[in-house]
Amino acid sequence: MRAKVLDRTATVVLTLIALLIVGTLVGLLGFILSQGWHKLTLDFLTSAPDIVNAGGGVGPQLFNSIYLLVLTMLIALPLGIGAGIYMAEYAPDNKFTQFIRLSIEVLSSLPSIVVGLFGLLVFVNMTGWGYSLLSGALALTVFNFPLLVRITEDALRNVPRSQKEASLALGITKWRTIVSVILPAALPGIITGVILASGRVFGEAAALLFTAGMSSPNLNFTDFSLNSPTSPLNPFRPAETLAVHIWKVNSEGLTPDARDVADGAAAILVLAVLLFNLGARWFGSWLYKKMTSGTN
Amino acid sequence: MSRRSEGSTIASNRIIADHTPEVGERKSAIDRKLLTYNKRQFTENVTGRFIAMACAGLLVVVVLSITYFIASKGLSTFLINGVSLGEFLTGVKWDPEGEPAVYGVLPFILGSFLVTLLAALIAAPLGIGAAIFMTEIFPGFGKKVLKPVIELLVGIPSVVYGYVGLTLLVPFIREQFDVLGFSLLAGGLVLALMILPTITSVATDAIEAVPQDLRNASLALGATRWQTIWNVVLHSALPGCLTAVVLGMARAFGEALAVQMVIGNTTKLPGGLLDPISTLTSGITLNMGNTIQGTPYNNALWSMALLLLLMSFVFIMILRILGRKKLVNK
Repeated sequence: MRAKVLDRTATVVLTLIALLIVGTLVGLLGFILSQGWHKLTLDFLTSAPDIVNAGGGVGPQLFNSIYLLVLTMLIALPLGIGAGIYMAEYAPDNKFTQFIRLSIEVLSSLPSIVVGLFGLLVFVNMTGWGYSLLSGALALTVFNFPLLVRITEDALRNVPRSQKEASLALGITKWRTIVSVILPAALPGIITGVILASGRVFGEAAALLFTAGMSSPNLNFTDFSLNSPTSPLNPFRPAETLAVHIWKVNSEGLTPDARDVADGAAAILVLAVLLFNLGARWFGSWLYKKMTSGTN
Repeated sequence: MSRRSEGSTIASNRIIADHTPEVGERKSAIDRKLLTYNKRQFTENVTGRFIAMACAGLLVVVVLSITYFIASKGLSTFLINGVSLGEFLTGVKWDPEGEPAVYGVLPFILGSFLVTLLAALIAAPLGIGAAIFMTEIFPGFGKKVLKPVIELLVGIPSVVYGYVGLTLLVPFIREQFDVLGFSLLAGGLVLALMILPTITSVATDAIEAVPQDLRNASLALGATRWQTIWNVVLHSALPGCLTAVVLGMARAFGEALAVQMVIGNTTKLPGGLLDPISTLTSGITLNMGNTIQGTPYNNALWSMALLLLLMSFVFIMILRILGRKKLVNK
């Protein structure tokens, strides 16, 4: 009899744990969104922050976050896909490959603050760029590199062997086979993973504190030359992102409505994560259907 | 390949069949194309392979240079500024601006370990419990509701966790216990929430990998579902579950901003759950920007970063050992 009671108790406890986790997420999202909802006006999203007075927005920070994401992906995607191709298709079973695998493990478990400090040494000080978007993008590339390699490798390995064999049997070279047969077939998986990785980059802050910096110059959104210091597109200007902004207004903010600004910014970040997540699912399955002529 | 050359192939094949002695002399268009060396494709094949290999090699270069640069900066505290290693690691007084300056980072180290352990103690039972629920008890609800929820939790930026901790948890602790609120407890809870999804998803994979035969055998012997889970499933998934917890701890140990926002940042030895403390990451985050490069104070911060780096190597070693265990069990 005791065993049966124990069995029932365990079931109840485990169910409670599952409900607790779901409840926590719902509570967390509800709290952040309800706190920040009233701040999500066009004015808040586009105007510049005010250092002393209340009423500032997060326009430049939002722009910086998006621009930094684009820059990072421009650098990291080719590298990640290249290395993923090597690991899935070429890597022989030897010491060098094992060492690469170890490197991937090390890189993906490095604390992001350590990546940020490495960025400070190499991309900020040694290059002489100072705190800049490009340094931030390079640091985020280091942070994101192992993840992208894993995503690509998994997606490539999931492509049926027969497709590859068919292509090779036609006398097509290995590289052509990879580029024009395997890679397209793996694309839905890669894109889903990349969108999820983008969500991570969008919310990252610790690696950016000492690379992209904690300030944003006054931006002139009509100036699009790449080397003017007030141009939003200049990759050599410092750029504070949304996530860094949340941290900054909480630890050294002077404005009376710091709490309000952080509420709004947190709501934007969470909404962005939701969008990235749902977008990844939806886009991945849409692309898969489109490419495999699936019916529903 | 055009229709015409296809026709000619068939024709040439017929010719070959008719006049067997002349095979070697009359190569068809296809034969020629297949047998001659295509320089463009060959170059492309080689460069493609080379580029892919260079990208993979870059991973190694990045890891080696991170180790080299952080180590060379971090060791200068001991090599250039002459702080003794023992004093640094075991000193309980951190006063880098005093006369004479004292660099004892034990409070930071202890803080990091305590907050990580606390987070793991809270998150491990919950995470593994959720994993069991998802695989053994209610797979339908688990796959449809719990799994997406867990994936969403992974995606929420750490700053947001820290901010919620700051606005909800810290005031709550302050009111409940009549203390400052910024505390080891707040840090542990925020980190627990952060590593819960990691633990859950890795543990789920480990439990799912347990062969169904084992469960069937146990149930056939008359064991209840819980007895089966406890004695059979968890037993064979143990290395995987430990891997999950260690992965979560590695993440907790290295987390910077979320922890810094809620633990209070006082550099004394932690006394209790409700005391404000400091961690290695919070010390670096707060002071790296305010100190001048090359000063002993700044170098001491780099040594703390080196400690973080070494700790993540230790975590990887533990993970590798656990991974090997898993193979042996199979």
